[in-house]
Amino acid sequence: MSIQLDFPAVLERWPSLLGGAVLTLELACFATVLGALIGTLAAIGRGSRSPLIAGACKIYVEAIRNTPLLVQIFLVYFGLASLGLKLSAFTVAVAALTINVGAYTAEIMRAGFEAIPRGQIEAAEGLALSRLQIYWHIILLPAIEKVYPALTSQFVLLMLASSVCSQISAEELTAVANYIQSDTYRAFETYIIVAVLYVILSLVMRAGFWGLGLVLFPRRRRLGTPL
Amino acid sequence: MGGHLNINHLMFLGQGALWTIGLSVIALIGGGIVGFVIALARISPLKSVRIGSAVYVQLVQGTPLLVILFLGYFGLAAIGLKVSPLAAAGASLTLYVAAYLGEIWRGCIESVPKPQWEAADGLALSRTQRMMKVILPQAIRIATPPTVGFMVQIIKNTSLASVVGFVELMRSGQIVNNSLFEPFAIYAIIAVVYFAMCYPLSLFSQKLERRMGRGRSNLAPA
Repeated sequence: MSIQLDFPAVLERWPSLLGGAVLTLELACFATVLGALIGTLAAIGRGSRSPLIAGACKIYVEAIRNTPLLVQIFLVYFGLASLGLKLSAFTVAVAALTINVGAYTAEIMRAGFEAIPRGQIEAAEGLALSRLQIYWHIILLPAIEKVYPALTSQFVLLMLASSVCSQISAEELTAVANYIQSDTYRAFETYIIVAVLYVILSLVMRAGFWGLGLVLFPRRRRLGTPL
Repeated sequence: MGGHLNINHLMFLGQGALWTIGLSVIALIGGGIVGFVIALARISPLKSVRIGSAVYVQLVQGTPLLVILFLGYFGLAAIGLKVSPLAAAGASLTLYVAAYLGEIWRGCIESVPKPQWEAADGLALSRTQRMMKVILPQAIRIATPPTVGFMVQIIKNTSLASVVGFVELMRSGQIVNNSLFEPFAIYAIIAVVYFAMCYPLSLFSQKLERRMGRGRSNLAPA
């Protein structure tokens, strides 16, 4: 038996592969920004004095972290449809990924909040900073700086997990791969190429977050050490 | 279409749930064995072994599990190797889990305090003896909470095996849905079953972590 590999047959479809890769990055970007917002709010909510808010945030985080993304995507997809909302696959994918990554972000941010020394907050109170100033300058920004590495790897994992959106026919990279392999019968070559593209995308994302970190955290840039 | 959810459907879902557990166990054992080798290779004195294992980890961690699964099922079939969905899912999950567990365990091995390594050297233990008798017993203690936590990821990730036609919990839900067409209700049931499997493990992992934290704070700093 001889195995003949024909990578050019797949590579000549590069425009659709590129389109898929771009859509994957778009999905990841939207979900990262929205998920970071929701996650931070949920992390703040978990520390709330109202047991109702704290409980709701805890249920959200635990429910999402203990069920598979694939089930969540189907629930959002069919759930919204049964409510009579006809949304595009892209919108549903962004919504499901946002809900998913929000829960993980909340857990990471909570760890960041807990790592802020009590004395810092007391010192800020001693300097008569307002509650809002304390929350922003003493708690939120240093917490984000502390957990930034964990957040970025979570967001890269989210980009990889977005491949699951191919199951609700969002035309991202994996869905493009499925289409190409059914058209060319070159499944092995197609998925090898797509795997390489994902590796490149994750390297690009990591490089991007590293650069963003230098811009966002000047202290790290000047001293060369993390907080 | 039509009909209501009855005992037969629930039995079918139950069977799927058992296969989810079975596939998780396969992935944990297979991934554990390969992952252990990866962890040791990552701290090997040989540079080529270190680089090779690091490249493996980077490649697998930079690729979605779904693509690895498609590669294992459709990809191998296309070049003439016919594999069953169970074999493809088991092998893909093993490769995937190994990369993550290997990296977690490497961190645990390296976090055993430096004086322990030096003391073992000072007692003229061989490399194997140092690893087996001094480092690993302590590393296992450190590694337990994150490993239990990662088991939750394994269970959730087995849901992806549904896309290559392996009938575990997710796929059995899809099959039931095809006859009843009540997607929201059925996927909600599926979600609850996954939650019932994963949440106890999450709680257990948190408990272990807290217990370890207490144990460590009792130790006087060296």
